[in-house]
Amino acid sequence: MGTDTPGIPIGGGIETGLDRTRPHGARGTYLELVHSWVVTVDHKKLGILYISYALIFLLVAGVEALMIRIQLSVPHNTFVSAASFNRLFTMHGTTMVFLVGMPILFGFGNYLIPLMIGARDMAFPRLNAFSFWISAFAGILLYYSFIGGVGLAGTGSAPDVAWFAYAPLTERAFSPGHTVDYWAVALIASGIGSIGTAINILATVFCMRCKGMTLMRIPLLPWLYAVVSFLVLVAVSPLTAAQAMLMIDRYLGGHFFDTQAGGSAILWAHFFWIFGHPEVYVLVLPAFAFANEIIPVFSRKAIFGYSAMVAASVAIAFISLSVWAHHMFTIGMTSFGNAFFTLSTMLVSIPTGIKTFNWLATIWGGKIRFETPMLFSIAFIFQFVISGLTGIMLSISAWNWQTHNSYFVVAHFHYVLVGAIVFMIFAALYYWYPKMTGRMLDERLGKWHFWLMVIGFHVTFDVMHIPGLLGMPRQIYTYEADRGWGTLNMIVSAGGFIQGIAILIFVYNLAHSYFRGETAGADPWDAWTLEWSIPSPPPPYNFGIDPVVSSRRPLWDLKHPEDQDAPYE
Amino acid sequence: MKSRVPLRDLVAAAGILNSCAAWAATPSTSTFSHISTPAGEVNDLSLFVLTISAGIFLGVSVLLVYALFRYRARPGDTTEPPQVFGSVQIELAWTIIPILIIVMLFLGTARVLFSVQDAHKPASAVDVTVVGHQFWWEFHYPQYNVVTANELHVPVSSGTSSRPTFMKLTSADVIHSFWVPQLAGKTDLLPNRVNEMWIDPQSTGLYVGQCAQFCGTQHAKMLLRVYVDSPEEFQQWIAQQQKAQAEIAADARGAASTSINAHDGQVVFEQQACINCHTVAGTVANGRFGPDLTHLMSRATLAAGATPNTPENLRAWIDDPNIFKPGSLMPAMHLTGRQNDQITAYLLTLK
Repeated sequence: MGTDTPGIPIGGGIETGLDRTRPHGARGTYLELVHSWVVTVDHKKLGILYISYALIFLLVAGVEALMIRIQLSVPHNTFVSAASFNRLFTMHGTTMVFLVGMPILFGFGNYLIPLMIGARDMAFPRLNAFSFWISAFAGILLYYSFIGGVGLAGTGSAPDVAWFAYAPLTERAFSPGHTVDYWAVALIASGIGSIGTAINILATVFCMRCKGMTLMRIPLLPWLYAVVSFLVLVAVSPLTAAQAMLMIDRYLGGHFFDTQAGGSAILWAHFFWIFGHPEVYVLVLPAFAFANEIIPVFSRKAIFGYSAMVAASVAIAFISLSVWAHHMFTIGMTSFGNAFFTLSTMLVSIPTGIKTFNWLATIWGGKIRFETPMLFSIAFIFQFVISGLTGIMLSISAWNWQTHNSYFVVAHFHYVLVGAIVFMIFAALYYWYPKMTGRMLDERLGKWHFWLMVIGFHVTFDVMHIPGLLGMPRQIYTYEADRGWGTLNMIVSAGGFIQGIAILIFVYNLAHSYFRGETAGADPWDAWTLEWSIPSPPPPYNFGIDPVVSSRRPLWDLKHPEDQDAPYE
Repeated sequence: MKSRVPLRDLVAAAGILNSCAAWAATPSTSTFSHISTPAGEVNDLSLFVLTISAGIFLGVSVLLVYALFRYRARPGDTTEPPQVFGSVQIELAWTIIPILIIVMLFLGTARVLFSVQDAHKPASAVDVTVVGHQFWWEFHYPQYNVVTANELHVPVSSGTSSRPTFMKLTSADVIHSFWVPQLAGKTDLLPNRVNEMWIDPQSTGLYVGQCAQFCGTQHAKMLLRVYVDSPEEFQQWIAQQQKAQAEIAADARGAASTSINAHDGQVVFEQQACINCHTVAGTVANGRFGPDLTHLMSRATLAAGATPNTPENLRAWIDDPNIFKPGSLMPAMHLTGRQNDQITAYLLTLK
């Protein structure tokens, strides 16, 4: 592991090394332990709660994905019924976006932002706790649908209208019962939690920074989280509004989307995608944020083009608000409408291209250490380039008439969500787990996890593009044997199980290393941002005395007094 | 679980790589084996974009792999590399070059977009109105006063006799999407709204596709069949579909003396709830909720392509539609075996 840097004054001179903050014998009763996690307003504990909650749902939605893949592995399969299959993919999508993606990213934000900007907590600790618990309620409510409503028969009232829940399929005429109600109420609750956290992160990043940390000295992770939070405020509100309108339709006789009473189906699509597309960037910008921290440390170089990275992130946020109707190229827009959204969508590739090239330039001329966090980050760059290129292909509106709602789209967005975001979440867990627990994750298991994940990922999602181009639509529970999609789907399913094995190894590594892992020390990776100046895990108050910084890399300055960063920034 | 794995899939995968001519003996759904102008223009555009994308991918990958190899940390080296913080010139270069690529891609797209979407409708065009239903397709030919379901017949539109088909698309319930990859990209069918698309198939034959917008339980079996007929075949088909059922069926019904006969079948059919949903032109059956059955036996499949239209399948379908299509909106009518035999005998006469 990297060198430990004991006695760095920034953290207030607290002992470095393993410090679980409470001696083992003083842990108190089990009830006290549970109580301390339930009532906590500490950003670190809430961060860990968010991450654990998301990892549990990652396993649940992963099992749903594997059931989908078993069903599709051969034509005319009868592993699950049509009705169950529709619930499975709806729950898989909804869970992965709202109960895995958002919470795990908010978890890292919660844990890391105060540490990286030298603050003792988030700006609003109680709002923070409220946001987590309302999100937790949303997840539990959504899954209660499996046994709620019509009871334990079959799969209960689990939502079955696809994760974008197009109207008027969601209206009572076509979805009697309560499947849509569980979906809508759970998303309203989760939306309130997301908006609360977004306000909190914005206030924290802009008001809680330590002395000397000007806007252009904020590490890129808090910077990108501020951009994400802005997007959440702007994008989640329309979703919440749309859910409210849907519930008015269903229970108060409204007809916003009820086409049988003169409502508009397209209106829902607009509301959903003006949330849904920025949502992609809400999920992917934190992945960029992790890459911005991890790639420099393992390349041993400062990030290339810091200000360009900040500018590109802000540009992505703004452009992403003007591209939503590229999900609607087949819905019957005018040719000028299609042309507009083609161009606006293509424009996103410019700031994302800038980011990719800056990561390349950061690596260029460095001394690259291939430890597990870096391996996942390298795979991320490679996969993100491919998903960006398939994104360009999908923005070609005329070609999109063929690829829209096909497995090509499914492959594309899984390339972003798994190939970029999940890979960077794994990188982040390997990178910051030592800070959170005081123990290193096992490198040997980490390499097994990485290589199985890469192989499984490419077997699944590279191949998945092809049935899309061969005319296979998404969200079908089975397909005709004469369409030529059978072998391809079998390969895709096999890759899914390889990824499943990789994730089981990872879960074992998390548990095993918590008890048996090598002691991490304060700064195992020889890194440069403030969180590595304090013990692992950090004490509840984070910093004994408020740190003062004079550059973007305060620990570099400390370790290299002869070569300060400030003159070059 | 019940199917062998066909070698054809591998051929299909390989077909993409060499841009796919008409390689398949069975109907293809490949977006690359186009036989109609809208699909063809999109195909050319897609190959153009794929080429540029492959170039970008290769360039970035080579740089990345080279950097990873060249700049790996050597064992024992504990020094830090030179710290570089950025370069305005380089940032500008990798901003401007992508902008130029985007301009090129956008112009290429716009050309195809406007030429397909804003195409002029010639006077020779055949009009078809497509109405999406959970989970089947209704086709109207307003010029010929013909109504049919699930299997669309259109004339071939080869060079000398250009006769494209212009479709108006709408829905009776939720959103559906019309997608036959060899003919054109997809267009959605929305309730309360009429969308338009056109095709001009260049060669005769059967082209298949399916609903491409999730529309409920049986979205997967909302299949589409488009028969591209020669001009003569198309005229014959139209003429046959225009006949009212009373004319052609009179001699086919059989004597009332046979124990199971179509005559009794018609009586049973018309006394049951069947006629609330189905139309048989020329009789009292005039329901609109389900497919028009006037010329049921002229169609090759049942239940929107879910199963071949054989007498056994027809009888099983009437007995319980869930056998072929669980979640279908047609209920099992709980007929006696004899009633079912009679109705089947009647429907078999609807040619």
